[in-house]
Amino acid sequence: METMNFEYDARGPLTRRAHVGVVGSGDLEVLIEPSDKPTAQVRVRTSVKGYTQVWKAVLDRFFGRFERAAKVEINDFGATPGTVTLRLEQAAEEVRS
Amino acid sequence: MHTTHSDNPITKERRDRFLARQSVIEMRARERARAILDPGSFRELLGPFDRLESPWLPLQGIVPESDDGVIVARGLLAGKPAVIMAIEGAFQGGGMGEVSASKIAAALALARGDCERGKPILPVLLLETGGVRLQEANLGEAAVAEIHAEIVALRPLVPVIGVITGMIGCFGGMSIAAGLCSYLVMFRQARLELNGPEVIEQEAGIDELNASDKHLIWGLLGGEQRYETSFADALIEDDVTELRQVIQAQAARGVPARHRSEQVEEYRRRLASIDPADPPDSLALRRIWPKGEMP
Repeated sequence: METMNFEYDARGPLTRRAHVGVVGSGDLEVLIEPSDKPTAQVRVRTSVKGYTQVWKAVLDRFFGRFERAAKVEINDFGATPGTVTLRLEQAAEEVRS
Repeated sequence: MHTTHSDNPITKERRDRFLARQSVIEMRARERARAILDPGSFRELLGPFDRLESPWLPLQGIVPESDDGVIVARGLLAGKPAVIMAIEGAFQGGGMGEVSASKIAAALALARGDCERGKPILPVLLLETGGVRLQEANLGEAAVAEIHAEIVALRPLVPVIGVITGMIGCFGGMSIAAGLCSYLVMFRQARLELNGPEVIEQEAGIDELNASDKHLIWGLLGGEQRYETSFADALIEDDVTELRQVIQAQAARGVPARHRSEQVEEYRRRLASIDPADPPDSLALRRIWPKGEMP
C-alpha cells in the first residue's frame, strides 16, 4: 500500500458530501466532503506502488476544474486512470446535484 | 429437473418477465440494501463517513474500505421496519474482519432490543462472504461468534432471514450464521458450504475434489441442490422484486417451532444414511434427503 497527499487551490465552498465506489479489484472508493480550509486536500491510499506521477496527472487535471474546498479520500484497489477519473466525476456529480 | 425448449417455450409473457428482471447479483451491497427497502426509507448506520474502517489491514499493507465492507441499513420493507445487513463481496471477498463482523453483531443486538421493547423489526442478512478475513484471524473469528450468538438470541423473537445471492456464496464461519437463520433464501448462482471447494482441493488434493469442476461444485453446494435437499427454504431467480416478495413471504411464516440448527437428531439420521466410501451423486442425494423432509 502507498499513501499520497495532494492539495489544490479552491475558489468556492462545497455544501454536500458524497461517497461512491468500492475498494474492489480494479475499482476505488471516493469520499468527498466540505472542508474548512480554502483548498481541496486529497489523500490517496492505493494497493499499487510507484505510480505517484500518474496519480498527480489525473488529480491535477480533475481538481484544476473542480476548484471546491473539499476533503477527499481515495481508497484504491488497482483502478486504471480512466476508472479513477470516472469515479471522481461521479462524486462531483453527486455533490452538485 | 432437466427441461427442454419444448417443455418451456419462450412465450411473450416469459420473455417480458425475463427482460423486466433487475439483477441483484450485479448490484453492490449498498445498492442491494437500498433496492430491498421501500423507496426513500433507506437509512444507513455507521456509513462511510463514520470511517469505522479496519485498523488491521493498513498495518499489513492492505487498503481498507471506509465501511469495512458491511452495510447496515434500517428502513421499511412493505411498510414494516426492517434492518438489512449486507456484506460487500467485492471488498476482500466479503471477508469478515473485527469491525465488519461487529457491525453485524451490533445491528442484530439493536434489533433484539427493539423486539424486546415491543417494536418488532425484521432482520435480513445478505451473505456474500468467504468467511473470516484471514488478516484479522482470531479477532474476526471472535466477532463472527458474536454474530452466531446474536442470531440465536434474536430468532425466538422474530424470524431471522438469510439470503445468499452469489456469485461468491457463503463459506466458513458465516456459513454457520446462514445455518442458524430461521429461513434461508438462495439464488441458483449461490453456494453454501463450511469449507470452500478451493480449500478442500488445496488440503486434500484434486482426487478428493476438483474445485474447477463447476458442474460438480454446484451439484454439491449450489443453491438448487441446497434447496432440493432442504438446507435452504426458497430458491429464486436473480431479481430484486422476487427477492423482496420472498423475504416477506418467509417472514410471514413467523418464528419456526424448531429451527434448522435445533434438529440435531434428524441431521444425524441423514448423515447415517450415507456411505462415505460410496457417496451418492447430487441427484441421488436429492432422493435420499428430499426437500420438505425437515420440519
